[in-house]
Amino acid sequence: MVGSASATLRGEDTFPKILLHNAQVFGNRTAFREKDFGIWQSWTWSGVAEEIRAFSIGLQSLGLKAGDKIAIVGANRPRLYWAMVAAQAIGAVPVPVYADSVAEEMAYVLGHAEVVFAIVEDQEQVDKLLSMSDEVPSLKHVIYDEVRGLRDYDHSQLHDYATVQDKGRALQAQSASLKSEWEQGLAAGKGSDIAVMLYTSGTTGRPKGVMLSFDNLVISARNGNEFDHLDETEEVLAYLPMAWIGDHVFSLAQAFTAGYCVNCPEGMDTIDVDRREIAPTYFFAPPRVFETMLTMIMVNMEDAGKTKRAMFDYFMGVARKLGEKILNGEEVSLKGRLLYRLGEFFVYGPLKNRMGLTRMKVGYTAGEAIGPEIFQFYRSLGLNLKQLYGQTEASVYITLQPDGEIFADTVGKPAPDVELKIAESGEVMYRSPGVFVGYFKNDAATGETKTADGWVHTGDAGIIADNGHLKIIDRAKDVGKLTGGALFAPKYIENKLKFFPNIKEAVAFGHERDRVGVFINIDLTAVGSWAERNNVNYASYQELAQHPDVYAMIESHVEQVNRDLSREPMMAGAQIRRFLILHKELDADDGELTRTQKVRRSFIAERYGPLIEALYDGSATKYVKTEVTFEDGRKGAIEATVEIRDMAFHDAGTASREAAE
Amino acid sequence: MNAFVADEALTPAGPQASGEAEVLLRVDNVSLAFGGVKAITDISFDILKGEIRAIIGPNGAGKTSMLNVINGFYHPQEGTITWRGKVRRKMKPYEAASQGIARTFQNVALFKGMTTLDNIMSGRSLKMHRNFFWQVLWRGPAEREEIEHRKKVEEIIDFLEIQAIRKTPVGRLPYGLQKRVELGRALAMEPELLLLDEPMAGMNLEEKEDMSRFIIDVNQEFGTTIALIEHDMGVVMDLSDRVVVLDYGKKIADGPPEEVQASQAVIDAYLGVSH
Repeated sequence: MVGSASATLRGEDTFPKILLHNAQVFGNRTAFREKDFGIWQSWTWSGVAEEIRAFSIGLQSLGLKAGDKIAIVGANRPRLYWAMVAAQAIGAVPVPVYADSVAEEMAYVLGHAEVVFAIVEDQEQVDKLLSMSDEVPSLKHVIYDEVRGLRDYDHSQLHDYATVQDKGRALQAQSASLKSEWEQGLAAGKGSDIAVMLYTSGTTGRPKGVMLSFDNLVISARNGNEFDHLDETEEVLAYLPMAWIGDHVFSLAQAFTAGYCVNCPEGMDTIDVDRREIAPTYFFAPPRVFETMLTMIMVNMEDAGKTKRAMFDYFMGVARKLGEKILNGEEVSLKGRLLYRLGEFFVYGPLKNRMGLTRMKVGYTAGEAIGPEIFQFYRSLGLNLKQLYGQTEASVYITLQPDGEIFADTVGKPAPDVELKIAESGEVMYRSPGVFVGYFKNDAATGETKTADGWVHTGDAGIIADNGHLKIIDRAKDVGKLTGGALFAPKYIENKLKFFPNIKEAVAFGHERDRVGVFINIDLTAVGSWAERNNVNYASYQELAQHPDVYAMIESHVEQVNRDLSREPMMAGAQIRRFLILHKELDADDGELTRTQKVRRSFIAERYGPLIEALYDGSATKYVKTEVTFEDGRKGAIEATVEIRDMAFHDAGTASREAAE
Repeated sequence: MNAFVADEALTPAGPQASGEAEVLLRVDNVSLAFGGVKAITDISFDILKGEIRAIIGPNGAGKTSMLNVINGFYHPQEGTITWRGKVRRKMKPYEAASQGIARTFQNVALFKGMTTLDNIMSGRSLKMHRNFFWQVLWRGPAEREEIEHRKKVEEIIDFLEIQAIRKTPVGRLPYGLQKRVELGRALAMEPELLLLDEPMAGMNLEEKEDMSRFIIDVNQEFGTTIALIEHDMGVVMDLSDRVVVLDYGKKIADGPPEEVQASQAVIDAYLGVSH
């Protein structure tokens, strides 16, 4: 692989080797912290090396061999991270699994991975594992971290973590050569060996075991560190599932390669307090976490006194105007800078402290689209929040937003050493040193995902914008074409519409049709409060949705989206030509949405066939009658004459659209 | 409440092994009356070291009175109480507390304005040895002592999994959590005998499951003997080693849960019969 040469150039190529290196170089620096009994307990790098060595030798004495798979089940705890490296030192392969997955799902993964050992957090996980001994016949030993409640269990195959570690220590005391033998053993490990196996969550079909080599992880981690200038002084909070590639890279691979400190919170429900105490300098969170923090602040501000609120409103206005400019290093007037300084002292500083982000150097969000106003809120406070695009199969990094080049609607430029291309079909493909070795015991799937020359299909459709940034538009299988040949990405258009607070849901049509038509659901809360403020009377959703002023408002939103689309060469052809506001809210009870509130496109196409026809036959209104299910299960019908509006086509991007084709 | 000022270090005993068990507390022929109202009439039973002992009975059967007798709040007119092999003289609740009897209350009795941490810390006051002078001065020995006690309290917080509410005023907590904090305060005394008065009253199913787990864990991990009053029969049957049944102040059954459940006298007392 491309990377193996550069890995040796840059130093140690496996985590156990890096551990010994760190123990020497960073000896007394703190490597891990865990809040236990209300106090942050800490371990230095040399202390961690000793802990891992003792546990590793203990594991060896229990019969763990090179090539064995060892399951890691539990919340983020230093001992579980150490167990992974302890296993790697012997040549065994850790398989972290989602601790909260149901027994059946976990049994499949553990059975498929043929795990021989399992290191678990507590009694709950021990019980779960013992219950699946039939499905996982390979499992020989279970080792637990938390003793509580396990005293009376049969301990022939069950071991306490500390006991195993003590055994390792005792063996070292007995034989002076054991330590150097162990070190020789781990020195034999190569960068091309499998470091870890992570099961993808498997929204489609059974989970697949992604095998990543040390080279994959070590090189990706070093690239990540270099990209964001991370060194041994960073602090991170390890709170996302250990089975997730993100946590594996942020809390283990990057922590080891950079030598920074990993902090494990006291529990899942104390994270807000723990984050404040640690104030991480490098922070990752899915968009939902940032949304919740913002909502909390807004709710608390509602309750704040008049002066505070006025101050907050004024300085947030300043931040919105200037914050991002200052962060991006653009030119801002002296007065503006002074005002922003003042705001930092009175508002932004305390807010950041409240959220525990005072020291944040770099923050990332990924996983799904983040609302632009949420993203901008954090950036305007001076927080360097960025987006990235990644996959388990890539050892996370595919694209990253470089400092100063932040756009709410892109996921950034290719990460160091990553090659990116868009396939004929519009699918994003990449090749990098982080590309996985293969799926465990599933060559067919490996072959489908990874080409012979190392390119990987992401399954996402995307475009590369003029500035070189990648924009993810939809799942590749949902992307279609208009009859004119223009690319049609329904979710991309729908998301653009849904970023307007007044629009709750949108469904776009256009695949194999001559133009794009859209159904819209207004947001009853947002539009309702607008109606209240403007003395608009209405009795039902239906009446409000048909109101001429509401139509005008939505029309202006659609117009705005069209203008945005016209500026994007590949998307300009898929502007919305006609839209209507649905006479009823899409509802999971009627089967129009899934229980997780995702639009069921094909079902809606069937149910509202006449309305879709009306979108394309040019009629200005259409009478419909739709059956609805009430909450108590009774059925009823809603009838309405729905208005359909035509939209103008913006020409700005026409020339470049043809160029793009 | 917890106005304890005695000092005696108690080490919790290890978990009770089966076999001939030591009697921790024995009640012999105890009768208690308030004027003409006979709350308890001639009741005898014992509590073995390390067991979970349930006291059940219909409303007004005298269960809480019985607990109040055990912890010295009421003084029976007749009968004797033998605690750790010695017949107990008339004592005040704080004396009972200093001898290793802790309790929780039917209606939560915490200091509402204080945090969880402070509430549990208050349970340690019996174990604070420094005198008033040192406490006022605080620096030095008193400070060191407080740190020691705080460690113990943190262990309890960890045990009961209430880290997230450590600094929350108790009055703001939901009822189920308040009950847990109260249990924490009782545990802070490192009691030998823990009296729980309806630990699960007013809880939902999930909270009951949690509380049951904690009671079993307290019993197994710390070896604490537990006497509990509870109305939820499922809980009583699952948790307790032996059950004593009271009705109208009289003992009508005593034995293992299955036995008591099958007893005709108990069925009659709960379902009612024509006399």
